[in-house]
Amino acid sequence: MAKITMREAISQALWEEMERDESVFIMGEEVGIWGGTYAVTRGFYDHFGEKRVRDTPIAEMVIVGAANGAAMAGLRPVAELMTINFAFVAMDQIVNQAAKLRSMFGGQFTLPLVIRTVGGGGRQLAATHSQTPDAVFAHFPGLKVVAPGTPHDAKGLLKSAIRSDDPIMFIENATLYQVRGEVPEEDYLEPIGVSKVQRAGDDVTIITYSKMLQYSLDAAEELAKDGIEAEIVDLRTLRPLDMKPVIDSFKRTNRAVIVEEGWRSYGVGAEVAARLYEEAFDYIDAPIRRVAQKEVPLPYNQALEQEALPQREDIIEAVKGIV
Amino acid sequence: MAEIVKMPKLGFDMAEGVLVRWVIAENESVEKGDVLAEIETDKATVEVEAAVGGTVLKHIVAEGTPVPIGEPIAVIGEAGEEVDLQELGASQPAEPEQEASEDRPAERDAEPGQDQAEREPSETEDASIESEYPDGVKATPVARRIAEDNDLALKEIEGSGPGGRIVKADVENALERGVPAEKGAPAPRPAAAIPAGERRQTERVPVSKLRNIIGSRMSRSKQELPHFYVTVDLDAGPLMDLRKQINQALSDDEKISVNDFLVKASAVALREFPNLNASLEGDEIVRHGQINVGIAVAVDEGLLTVVARDADLKPLRTLSGEIRAMVERTRSGKVRPDDVEGSTFTVSNLGMFEVDHFIAIINPPEAAILAIGSVREEPAYLNGELVPVRRLKVTLSADHRVTDGAEAARWLQVFRENIENPVLLLI
Repeated sequence: MAKITMREAISQALWEEMERDESVFIMGEEVGIWGGTYAVTRGFYDHFGEKRVRDTPIAEMVIVGAANGAAMAGLRPVAELMTINFAFVAMDQIVNQAAKLRSMFGGQFTLPLVIRTVGGGGRQLAATHSQTPDAVFAHFPGLKVVAPGTPHDAKGLLKSAIRSDDPIMFIENATLYQVRGEVPEEDYLEPIGVSKVQRAGDDVTIITYSKMLQYSLDAAEELAKDGIEAEIVDLRTLRPLDMKPVIDSFKRTNRAVIVEEGWRSYGVGAEVAARLYEEAFDYIDAPIRRVAQKEVPLPYNQALEQEALPQREDIIEAVKGIV
Repeated sequence: MAEIVKMPKLGFDMAEGVLVRWVIAENESVEKGDVLAEIETDKATVEVEAAVGGTVLKHIVAEGTPVPIGEPIAVIGEAGEEVDLQELGASQPAEPEQEASEDRPAERDAEPGQDQAEREPSETEDASIESEYPDGVKATPVARRIAEDNDLALKEIEGSGPGGRIVKADVENALERGVPAEKGAPAPRPAAAIPAGERRQTERVPVSKLRNIIGSRMSRSKQELPHFYVTVDLDAGPLMDLRKQINQALSDDEKISVNDFLVKASAVALREFPNLNASLEGDEIVRHGQINVGIAVAVDEGLLTVVARDADLKPLRTLSGEIRAMVERTRSGKVRPDDVEGSTFTVSNLGMFEVDHFIAIINPPEAAILAIGSVREEPAYLNGELVPVRRLKVTLSADHRVTDGAEAARWLQVFRENIENPVLLLI
């Protein structure tokens, strides 16, 4: 199997789906002639032409609104929001329109829409450009929220997302584009709404996703040196949330640490912990811990920014605190 | 920087301590490790050592005051240092104001009761947390579940988790070691689900071979043998105590059961009453030379009687081992003919099912059978006092063609002697 970057994996998924299905098209800021802010769609414009790789005005409400219309009319748009921070501008189109159209029209329309966007901090882009508001979007029924942590999953999940008839927020992480991983040559899909054990262990369950999956894998290697074997469950999809692998693992380890890049309050960790208390109470052997971003607007200063973001050491400390 | 000395927690269930004596007076200097005060808990009087050196700037509570754990009792700092209790985090809502307006430390110390009353609302919470854990034990949910499933007493287990919390590993270790079972009634069985309006189907089940044999033998016995019954209520205390003592010396797979004692006691009593260890054959009563005690064993489709041969002659330990082996063979379907043939008297014990007492049908061609109930714990009125005693009811069924009530009663007297003085069974 070839080892390719997350960027290449996502680019391949888009390319292959556009080749496979003519109704798939891309629209967003600088996705065409420029080739995408993160160079994911480089070469697409020349190959697929301006009708299927459409540059838009700097107006996120328009991007998602037009994509909603196109999806209702039978196309399969992949709308790109340059960063998830700009999704707030398009909030009404995302949570009031995309998430609800199918239900409110009694199933007369489906909405085969993918909103590709990029979240995460750590690159000194300051408070308004560094957020990880994944949980905000996962709050809304009607919207699926996918956030892969490996190139393999990114490609397989994006292809599934494009083929899905439901509106999907596909959240990438800016610091993961260079991460390499094995990706099969042949066509494959990864199912949406299925969590996955990315590392086996018996002592503690780490539940995480996206960039924090990589951090957790690193932390697990460190912990292994001290004889602590962490099992890592990668959620991959925040909504619908597949708790089964989490609970299966937790019933063995009886201990859990949930790691997310976003803020702790009302976050992914809060949801997963609550579900563990509800569904596996009799298996709890230690308080469930959360590792998350400190509750501040993310600082620009590099040292402060790193201080505010969850680090590998925080994961190690949290695990050691309960094992 | 002055430091607060707090009421230490000196025992697992300590909620408060009484400061009985200040060893170091105010404005005296103290070394780290010196005895600062004496505290009385409900268990003992304990010395409290100073955790830091310096000068005792202030006694916050007077001698004789009960103080919840974690509450400030004194301040240690540098001589002459100003003490701001509020800044130090000593929670005394009313005191700082008093201090500012009156500034008479000596007088304040004389009114500790008042301070105590004012602090109470917030402090009772802290002090009583310990006792508010479910069942008064700090344990994780999984530890609780495992303990409950295995009928373990969490209170007997020491917790290795933070703050002494009992975690899964502690319970698992305790299970391996063996820890006293939770006292009291076993957890209630969940109620059987009865689907609304759903009647059970009528079933027709063929009578098994064993069922058939039991049926015809018991019918014959009940129809042909004129049964009579004599019941006695025995003091099982000495036997239970002796059994416990003996079993402490035996490994798990050698433990002697209550039933083993009863078999032995029956056999010993039968030696004196050969007429009850007998069979009626035509116009003769055969008083058997061997005393072979049959023991009724429940199996899937009915019951079998395993036979403890020469039960009067064998030491209890030997007898117990033989019975155990036969019961195991019976339950695993590997019973041998020798195991079930040749009994001259039978013992039927339903004690494990919490029955008060019952009466059994004689197992022909024998002349008698002993039915044994459960050992019950009961209050008894002895010498003007209520005391707990353990009682055991047994009923002898006997064949009136062979024996009479008086003989049966006398046999039971000897049986009683053996049970109430169980040491007789060992010699």
